[in-house]
Amino acid sequence: MVTLTIDGREIGAREGETILEAANRIGIYIPTLCYHEAISPYGACRLCTVEVNQRGRVRLVASCLFPVEQGLEVKTDSESVRKLRKGLMELLLASCPDSERIQSLAREMGVAETRFALEENKCILCGLCVRVCQEIAEKSIISFVGRGTKRKVATPFFIPSEECIKCQACAYICPTGAIRFEEGKLVLPT
Amino acid sequence: MMPEKVLGKRINSPSELEALEQSIVAKRDPDKPCVVLCAGTGCRAAGAEEVVDAFREEIKQQGLGDKVEVKSTGCHGFCERGPLVVLRPKKIFYQQITKEDIPEIVSESLVNDNIVERLLYADPATGEKIVYEDDVPFYKKQTRILLGANGEIDPTEIDDYIAIGGYSTLAKALFQMSPEEIIEEVKQSGLRGRGGAGFPTYRKWESCRHARGAIKYVICNADEGDPGAYQDRSLLEGNPHSVLEGMIIGAYAIGSHEGYIYVRNEYPLAVRHIGIAIEQAIEYGLLGENILGSGFDFGVSINRGGGAFVCGESTALMASLEGKIGEPRAKYIHTVEKGLWDRPSNLNNVKTWASVPLIINKGAKWYSQMGTEGTKGTMIFSLVGKVNNTGLIEVPMGTTLREIIYDIGGGIPGGKKFKAVQTGGPSGGCIPEELLHLPVDFDELTKAGSMMGSGGMIVMDEDTCMVDIARYFLTFLEEESCGKCVPCREGIKRMGQILTGITQGKGKEGDIEILEDLAGVLRDGSLCTLGTTAANPILTTIRHFRDEYEAHIKEKRCPAAVCQELIQYSIIEEKCPGCGLCVKACPTQAITLVAKKQPVILDQSKCIKCGACYDVCKLGAVAKR
Ligand SMILES: Cc1cc2nc3c(=O)[nH]c(=O)nc-3n(C[C@H](O)[C@H](O)[C@H](O)COP(=O)(O)O)c2cc1C
Ligand code: SF4
Ligand code: FES
Repeated sequence: MVTLTIDGREIGAREGETILEAANRIGIYIPTLCYHEAISPYGACRLCTVEVNQRGRVRLVASCLFPVEQGLEVKTDSESVRKLRKGLMELLLASCPDSERIQSLAREMGVAETRFALEENKCILCGLCVRVCQEIAEKSIISFVGRGTKRKVATPFFIPSEECIKCQACAYICPTGAIRFEEGKLVLPT
Repeated sequence: MMPEKVLGKRINSPSELEALEQSIVAKRDPDKPCVVLCAGTGCRAAGAEEVVDAFREEIKQQGLGDKVEVKSTGCHGFCERGPLVVLRPKKIFYQQITKEDIPEIVSESLVNDNIVERLLYADPATGEKIVYEDDVPFYKKQTRILLGANGEIDPTEIDDYIAIGGYSTLAKALFQMSPEEIIEEVKQSGLRGRGGAGFPTYRKWESCRHARGAIKYVICNADEGDPGAYQDRSLLEGNPHSVLEGMIIGAYAIGSHEGYIYVRNEYPLAVRHIGIAIEQAIEYGLLGENILGSGFDFGVSINRGGGAFVCGESTALMASLEGKIGEPRAKYIHTVEKGLWDRPSNLNNVKTWASVPLIINKGAKWYSQMGTEGTKGTMIFSLVGKVNNTGLIEVPMGTTLREIIYDIGGGIPGGKKFKAVQTGGPSGGCIPEELLHLPVDFDELTKAGSMMGSGGMIVMDEDTCMVDIARYFLTFLEEESCGKCVPCREGIKRMGQILTGITQGKGKEGDIEILEDLAGVLRDGSLCTLGTTAANPILTTIRHFRDEYEAHIKEKRCPAAVCQELIQYSIIEEKCPGCGLCVKACPTQAITLVAKKQPVILDQSKCIKCGACYDVCKLGAVAKR
């Protein structure tokens, strides 16, 4: 067991637990997009960023991955945290302006509009579908292909997979409805 | 019979190694003429292989077969002047030689004792011809503790390395020093990692040594993805055993028995030479089980990376070694605790590993005499761009940028003015003339908003547009970002779009502020250092060249006349005799000939700004603004 403080509240936590898990346990809300409690954390959306003071060293870290430690002081809603989350939502809103989940998170962060040219993506590349397929369905039908802005969720060579058991976990977990099943067939995000 | 012959060539003790070294040295006459040819990748591209063969042939033909030795070595650094040849023992230096020059070199300088004047290097500043390698200004101001041996050994011959004392440091480490003593020596030396971050090497080693786990790995990072950098390649090609020796010593200090060299696949010669080196070291018992009879075991494998820039990042590199997608992960638990296959792993750069034998051999005190308060030793830079002497250079840390660019690099060609020097690779920064007095060391370059990186140095002259340069680096990073985390993937893309807009005359008031906001999101939010440092090229150019951004945005003008959309070509009437060359060159018939001896007329509405008229006019009658 270790003791740490989150937003001024001193709590005990199990070694190996992440800040996000500890915060959730005591009902402190931290926004997330690429996290799901049933699968391993990934650290892609950065929305869960919090400010930690680690023996005097202050920095911003992704709470879904950062393990708790003795004496850690965490601020989940500091000035710099809010500023970063705002910046992230502005970028996401420009990339996926039609997603309800993105719109509501943007509102939550106080982002009314974005200064960037709007795109029409649905997929935010959070990787939840890829991980759920790998870890829960244990199939790994889909994975990321390509680098940078060319990154996509896809089946090998974009060929429909014979191995897919159509459990639809990917469609269920997707926060933006980008990956879907239509007439029993997997439709990849475009 | 010699025992080494009976047991293959295995060396079983430090004294056998010493005996071998002595026997190799005894067989060699230091005064015997030797033609040393640079056959590094740079000189190979300029035809060095042909030259090596031709030399061997010619020497035989002129009856010097057993009197002159020919050695083909790794990169000497002065790649711009390649192929290079050095005639030992006098070290006469010929440059840019071709096959046709060889009969003359052999008859004049080997059969006789004359100099082939026309193949000498002429100092561009004074025009003076220089005979000896050590007197060439490019080399004179360098301290080549890492690169120096490149010019002395054939990298495919382990005996060459042993002849210059190679592996004797390993013997010293294994038999006379405890792992703790080695780490202490590295600590005292002040060695900091040469892969970019400058992390104290001893701290990594110590943490890895103390990390829990029976199996530990040491890894050599030879991914070298920075465009234009080839320092690591040159070391691996030219002196692979020095890297191996460093790794074995490090493994012993850390308590590791397994190592990897992650080298980019685009480096076939480096892969070959390090492969040969490993084989030879195993044959000699310097690698594998019971090294030198010490009881210490260590093996190394080579892994060829696919060549993505991000694969050089420590966690991405380890993922790639595991056969997974080479993308970074959070390092909140350090790789020295949980790295490759979740086991304690110590990753160091090629140059870091190659520094280790020097430090253990000559001592921390010797090493720490070079450099600055915070950064000891030397650094290898690849000096490129608008500078007279380009190539690989090695200087003590603390050498000023001015000394590097003017004394070693010979200044800016064509009488142009210096504008900036970009250090640190794609996510480094641009340093202006006012800061040329800065000594190169990790902390000073960081303070200037740039970084050491792995030693890239690009010199830029007055014809460079700083907004365009920032855009160039951002475009590179956009392509190389792994795309995993939002700030890096989306942020770099947006910064690139804004910069492109500015260079096309579509910049808006407030763009600089948006760029600065995005830079903050990247710095604070990105998962790995690619993202956290990606805004450096923008931030440093805004900081030091803000007026150029403003000229683009407010006046729609590119002061360096680089950004195509913002340039205007016009005819300088007093200079134009109406020869009509430009009229023929113009692809859109935007220029018309009025009459003989009268200036031509350029119709701006038809001009597509291709610059054909500007290039073709020999009288300088076309202005570009
Ligand atoms: C995007 C990126 C690319 C990198 N590429 C390299 C590389 O090509 N070679 C290298 O040695 N280090 C590279 N690094 C640094 C490594 O992550 C790591 O810090 C280094 O290999 C550690 O060795 P050192 O302590 O000897 O410097 C890179 C880092 C980042 C973020
Ligand atoms: S910072 Fe860039 S390169 Fe690093 S993890 Fe994020 S997207 Fe990938
Ligand atoms: S929830 Fe932590 S990075 Fe997305």
